[in-house]
Amino acid sequence: MKILVCISHVPDTTSKINFSEGDTKFDTAGVQFVINPNDEFGLTRAMWFKEKQGATVDVVNVGGTETEPTLRKALAIGADTAIRVNTPATDGVYVAKQIAKVAKDGDYDLIIAGRESIDYNGGMVPGMVAGLIGANFVNTCIGLEVEGNEATAVREIDGGKETLKASLPLVVGAQKGIVQESDLKIPNMRGIMQARKKPLNVVEPVEAGTHSEAVKFEKPQPKGDIKLVDADNLDELVNLLHNEAKVI
Amino acid sequence: MSVLVYTESEEGKFKKTAFEVASYAKGVAEMLGTEVTAVSFNAQSAGDLGKYGVSKVLKVNNEKLQKFNAKAYADAIKQAAEKEGSKVIILSQSANAKYLAPLLAVQLEAGYASNVVALPEGTEPLQVKRTAFTNKAFNFTKLSTDVKIIGLSKNAFGLKESQTETSEEDFSPSLAEGDFNVNVVSVDKAADKVTIADAEIVVSGGRGMKGPENWGMLEELAETLGAATACSKPVSDMGWRPHSEHVGQTGKPVAANLYIAVGISGAIQHLAGVSASKTKVVINNDPDAPFFKAADYGVVGDAFEIVPKLTEKLKEFKASNS
Ligand SMILES: Cc1cc2nc3c(=O)[nH]c(=O)nc-3n(C[C@H](O)[C@H](O)[C@H](O)COP(=O)(O)OP(=O)(O)OC[C@H]3O[C@@H](n4cnc5c(N)ncnc54)[C@H](O)[C@@H]3O)c2cc1C
Repeated sequence: MKILVCISHVPDTTSKINFSEGDTKFDTAGVQFVINPNDEFGLTRAMWFKEKQGATVDVVNVGGTETEPTLRKALAIGADTAIRVNTPATDGVYVAKQIAKVAKDGDYDLIIAGRESIDYNGGMVPGMVAGLIGANFVNTCIGLEVEGNEATAVREIDGGKETLKASLPLVVGAQKGIVQESDLKIPNMRGIMQARKKPLNVVEPVEAGTHSEAVKFEKPQPKGDIKLVDADNLDELVNLLHNEAKVI
Repeated sequence: MSVLVYTESEEGKFKKTAFEVASYAKGVAEMLGTEVTAVSFNAQSAGDLGKYGVSKVLKVNNEKLQKFNAKAYADAIKQAAEKEGSKVIILSQSANAKYLAPLLAVQLEAGYASNVVALPEGTEPLQVKRTAFTNKAFNFTKLSTDVKIIGLSKNAFGLKESQTETSEEDFSPSLAEGDFNVNVVSVDKAADKVTIADAEIVVSGGRGMKGPENWGMLEELAETLGAATACSKPVSDMGWRPHSEHVGQTGKPVAANLYIAVGISGAIQHLAGVSASKTKVVINNDPDAPFFKAADYGVVGDAFEIVPKLTEKLKEFKASNS
């Protein structure tokens, strides 16, 4: 089985989010970048398929040279080959078209992406890749088994989960649950050394248009002061929730 | 040219989010000088859609669409959009809507903006405000395509009544065999439990609850309020609660009217995921816990004393208000 894992290069979850150039650009000064958490869950499941079922695992990122350390980390975790499509990730459909090309060229059986990236939260790349290459698609995937040409996937739904069957090729939008937090691997020294020697192939983008443009950003209004209620005066809390906040 | 809205139903009844997306679609239609058409699957009638501004309902009744199927639903919505000549399509951000949206976008070559929180800033070009960086910021996105899809965040717009005469029309999209290549074999869903996605109120517990055996008091508080229960990430990682209850940046987003955080410190990743909630209450014995900076109301003290007392007070309140 050939697996392609899509890796988005995103600000670490503790990052303070600031903007520059008149609130039109994300300010990357002082920001640490990591593998998008949803992608990391997916990559970790891919490593399971590699270990247990002899799958090969390639990772792909659409982005400039600055994303290479993130791809190297994916190699250190155990991916075989990295592919970087050498172009800025301008919008969801543009990224999806680049990945679709890589997916078609590489004839992958299984493509794993995160259900959304934690920067733009677009939540569209995995579904669009599936649509573009005509593969089956399961989103918010919290369980995945493959036997021969048949996949069994568990999807989180509002208020529960459902089990789905689909044949390969399949694209999944992964999230926590496809593996557990405790399954995540911190690359060891050996992995990091090996990663340096593994291929990181840079390919040029295909011609593709965009559908959207992020024109400006805004930070949420600072929160007003909190009202503290004494632990012995909970009637007051009930009163505030009813009469002031009007939520009960 | 009408604005098309996908109105979700369950067992033939419209969900509350269906009325919210309909209200929003009406707002967009007014900006565009047009009307709202809804597309529904296996819902018996137009129900209350007219109350929220829907002029026409396309009713799809098809045995094969009893269970949600992203590809087939996307295909049907696409055909509805083409039939109506709709240039703007409105969806909720339920798990199902988020699943089908990118498939629909590819089929219609439409631009898609997810997590939208307000009416468009303008229609020429269409520009919308959406959350980004998991609620740490907003981003204004311009859609440049002919057909556009807007995913409206839950609770961002609310219900707006706009009584409209509604016509109903049966609609039978032609579905391809390829629409049914992904098949549901089983569904595991708690029958009458309030889900985090649908809940108006969410009661959430953190590591300060000390262990799974102490969740009874949170469940009782939740039950009193008709609320869903949720938890912080370590709580689900330690297996005290199921993963489906993990909320925050890497878990579920919460956009409730009221979010009550008990024994949760308020780490940046937790706050990011719950900050879209309108009113936040924190109960924590550490007055320096960061959550106190992010909440509207707070009680400093021991959760094990406060929660049962609060539940009692709320029961009294409910009794005297019913
Ligand atoms: C990549 C990444 C992603 C993450 N994503 C998420 C996420 O999505 N969601 C999330 O929640 N976290 C997330 N985290 C974890 C986050 O950083 C925090 O570790 C976590 O939110 C802390 O959970 P907590 O508040 O339950 O526990 P703690 O931080 O341990 O807080 C427990 C609180 O309980 C209080 N307490 C103790 N006893 C009592 C008592 N008797 N009465 C009242 N209060 C009491 C304490 O004062 C303390 O404030 C993420 C972390 C990383 C690195």
